[in-house]
Order: sequence, then structure tokens, then C-alpha cells
Amino acid sequence: MAMRLRLDGPWRPLDAAEVARLPGQLGVYQIADGEGRIAKIGEAGARAPFGLRTALERELAARGPGWRFRVEVNMQYRTRWFELLMVHRADHGALPPDNAADSPALGRLSPA
Amino acid sequence: MDFEPTTEQRLLIEQVRRFVREEILPLEETLDPDASELPATDLARLVGKTKAMGLYGIDIPREFGGPDIDIVTRTYLAIEMAQHRAGLYVPCYGAFGGAGLAQLFEANDDQKERYLFPTLRGEKKAFFGLTEPSGGSDPARAIRTRAERRDNGWVINGSKIYISGADRAQYGIVFARTDAAKGRGGITCFIVDAGTPGFHVRRVVHTLRSSSYATELEFTECWVSDHQVLGEVNKGFAIANDRLSRQRIPYAAGCIGVAIKAQEMALEWSKIRETFGEKLANRQAIQWMLVDNELEIRTATYFTLVAAEKARRGEPFRTEAAMAKLLASENGGKVVDRAMQIFGGMGMTKDLPLERWYREMRIRRVGEGPSEVQRMVIARDLLGSKLR
Repeated sequence: MAMRLRLDGPWRPLDAAEVARLPGQLGVYQIADGEGRIAKIGEAGARAPFGLRTALERELAARGPGWRFRVEVNMQYRTRWFELLMVHRADHGALPPDNAADSPALGRLSPA
Repeated sequence: MDFEPTTEQRLLIEQVRRFVREEILPLEETLDPDASELPATDLARLVGKTKAMGLYGIDIPREFGGPDIDIVTRTYLAIEMAQHRAGLYVPCYGAFGGAGLAQLFEANDDQKERYLFPTLRGEKKAFFGLTEPSGGSDPARAIRTRAERRDNGWVINGSKIYISGADRAQYGIVFARTDAAKGRGGITCFIVDAGTPGFHVRRVVHTLRSSSYATELEFTECWVSDHQVLGEVNKGFAIANDRLSRQRIPYAAGCIGVAIKAQEMALEWSKIRETFGEKLANRQAIQWMLVDNELEIRTATYFTLVAAEKARRGEPFRTEAAMAKLLASENGGKVVDRAMQIFGGMGMTKDLPLERWYREMRIRRVGEGPSEVQRMVIARDLLGSKLR
């Protein structure tokens, strides 16, 4: 059975209180603007001291208020990140704007 | 057979060992522990170095521009190249180049121009499309993807699974059934361009190997011309089978390289770490683990070199390659497991490469033919080829 392809959990406000509640585990996340347009898909890898919490703390510090996020705890954070990027590109014809500049090398995916 | 490396082999081994130590290990200190690629600038720099060393594309035959290094020496070097965190599946992150798909060495001249040579130059990437949801170890029976003669060509319908690199490849080799009644004599090998209508990479398949993924492919009314048939119609099984035997030697070498590194780490740690007022190295339980590791590494190394030597001599080596693959993948897993035990809690963390090797080594007992199939190959040789 195939895993769920897209992140579809509810958006949470990107603020200090929400980020503090995040687990220190590895995984992937999405950042969206106030209208729910995805601006970035990121990974919280093993070099981040507290995994997802550290990654989202950094996002909050860099972006300021007005953004939303959702996460998925996933030990396979790296391949899941590649997958989410490819699915996004297949769905929207382009990568999220904040991934466009330094995206990893990606393949083509045409999800059914 | 004498496997004491020659002077020339020793020099090459030392050269590669130094490359891993001085070029690869420092880069891995900043990469994600699950990374399988280097930044493009680093890779280009390292490729420049391996070219200067005369070792780029070492698996490419001489007639196609390779450096003409025999398979025994290449086995020694493959053992060295694997001795870093990503080394089991991405030895030196590809800095020594690849050989492309060995099946294309048998391609016709037109196919060589369009596929083989661009691949050897690093301009094209390929995938190997054999395994299907119905199985991978028994391609003669498991292949259900079919190709039908139509419109002066072939129409492919079906699916493939656990295919590495298909989403980033420019083309692939795809095995399909062209005669339902003929078993292994009814399979044909096709070269399929990634842009061919009806060819789809449907999804990523996540595995224990979290640094890289496999894919699932779908072929829907995918038409290819006669020019895309590799070899002869209904003779694709031999092409698949040849690769499966040949690939087992470097596959075994990679397992051995990682096992050697894990053992080296365990030896060093056991001489440093104290518990209850005593060094681990002074405890018999630890000593026995280290001894078992050494025995299993040396056994696997010997059998792998035997297979390589028989291949070098042009003698049949299928049974020896099966023994090598079986021993190296099973022993490699046991060695890494014991090394983790010796390291205790630290062995479970991503701070060390052991946990990645542990996960990836588990796949090696299944990939390129599971242990049970290797045993079948060996048993068939022992009991006679008519055994089915």
C-alpha cells in the first residue's frame, strides 16, 4: 500500500508558542502564506539539534509573523522531502518560490 | 589462488584509501547523515582528481575508453571506496564515475551512439527496469509487463517497481514479455526514452535506505520502434541474467568495505572505552565479537576475490559470485550489528555511520538476488543444472 503522497494536515500559525510545541524529531514541513499558498517545503534533518522544532524556529526567525506551517514526523525525511518537492512541481508546474533558488536535484514524477 | 596484492595493486589501494580519507570523510562531516549526493562543485572537483589519478570510469572496458584495470584490482578498490558513511550505495559519491548499464556494451552501433557513449561521458543517466510487483528474483516467470507488435514497433503495457533513478534518467532498459508461451524464452529487452508517451514515473517508494528512493513505473500504450530493441527479440532474459551474476562481485565488495570500516571503528572504540574499571578490549565478550567480525570479513573477502579471479580468467563464475554475494551481505550485516553493540547507545545514533550502514546493509540481503536465491544458484551447481 502506498504512503500518503501529500501533506494534508491542518495549518498552524508560525509563532513562538506553536513552534515550542513541536517535537524534536526529524521530518518535513511546509510553510504557507496567509492565503495558504505554499512558499517552502523543508526538511528537518539530523544536523538540526532539535529536529523539526529547530527548523521551524529558524523559519520563524527568518520570516517573522503572518506565516503558517504544517509538519510530518518522518525518519525518511530526506527522500520524503524530495518526494514532496516533486509532487508540488507536478501539481503546480513549479517549485515553491522559496525552494526555487537552492533546490536539490530532482526527478520527474507524474503521480496518478 | 594467491590474493596477496601486487605492488601495483597496493599503490592503487593506497591511492584510493587516501582519497577517501582526505577528500570524502571531511565532506561528510558537514553533509546530512543521510545525504547521497555532494554539491555539484565538490563533485566536479573530485571528478577532476580521479581523472588526474587515471581512475575515472574504472569499470568501463578498455575498448570504450576505460583505464583497463582488471576485475580483481577493481574489487580491491571497490572495497576501499565503500569505507565511508554513504559508501555502501554511493561509493565516493560517484567521483570515480560509473560504467553505465553493462547491457549496452552489447548494443548495436546506433544504440551505442545514442545511449552508451553519452552515458559513459556522463551526459545521460539510465535506469534498469526488471523487477515488477509480481516479483524480481524470478524474472522468467514474474515479468508480466508485455510488449505487443503493433504499428511497425512495440506497444508496452505494465508496471515496474523498486527501480532506482528512473525519475532522473534520460532512458532505461525495460524487460517485457513478448511471447506469453515461452517463459524465459519470451522476454525482450527494450530501451525506453524517458520522454516516450505512455511512460510514467508514478511514485516514490520509500525504503530503509532513507538517503535515496526507488520508484514505481507505469507503461500505458507506450510505443517504441524496432530500433529500441536491445539484442534480439525473445532473448532478453540472458541480458538480465548476465547482469545479475556480474553485478554480484562489486555488490559484495561494497559490503566488505563497510564491514571493514565498522570493524576498524569497533576496534578503536574497544581500546578507549572503559566500563566498570576495565577497557572493553580486555573483556572476553567483546574480544569474541571482534574475532567473529574478523573471521566473517576475511571469509567474505576471500570468496569475493575468488569470484573476481575466475571472472578475470574468463572462467564460469556464477556460483562463486553467488557465494560472494551471499557471504558478504550476510556477514556484513552481522559485523555492523556487532559494532553497534560494542558502541552501545552511541552506535544507535546518527552521530556515527553505523545506523545508516545497519539499515542499508539489511537491503543487501535482498537486493541483486536475495540470500535464498544465491543458495539456489549454488545448490543447482552442486546438484546438477537439471535441478529445478
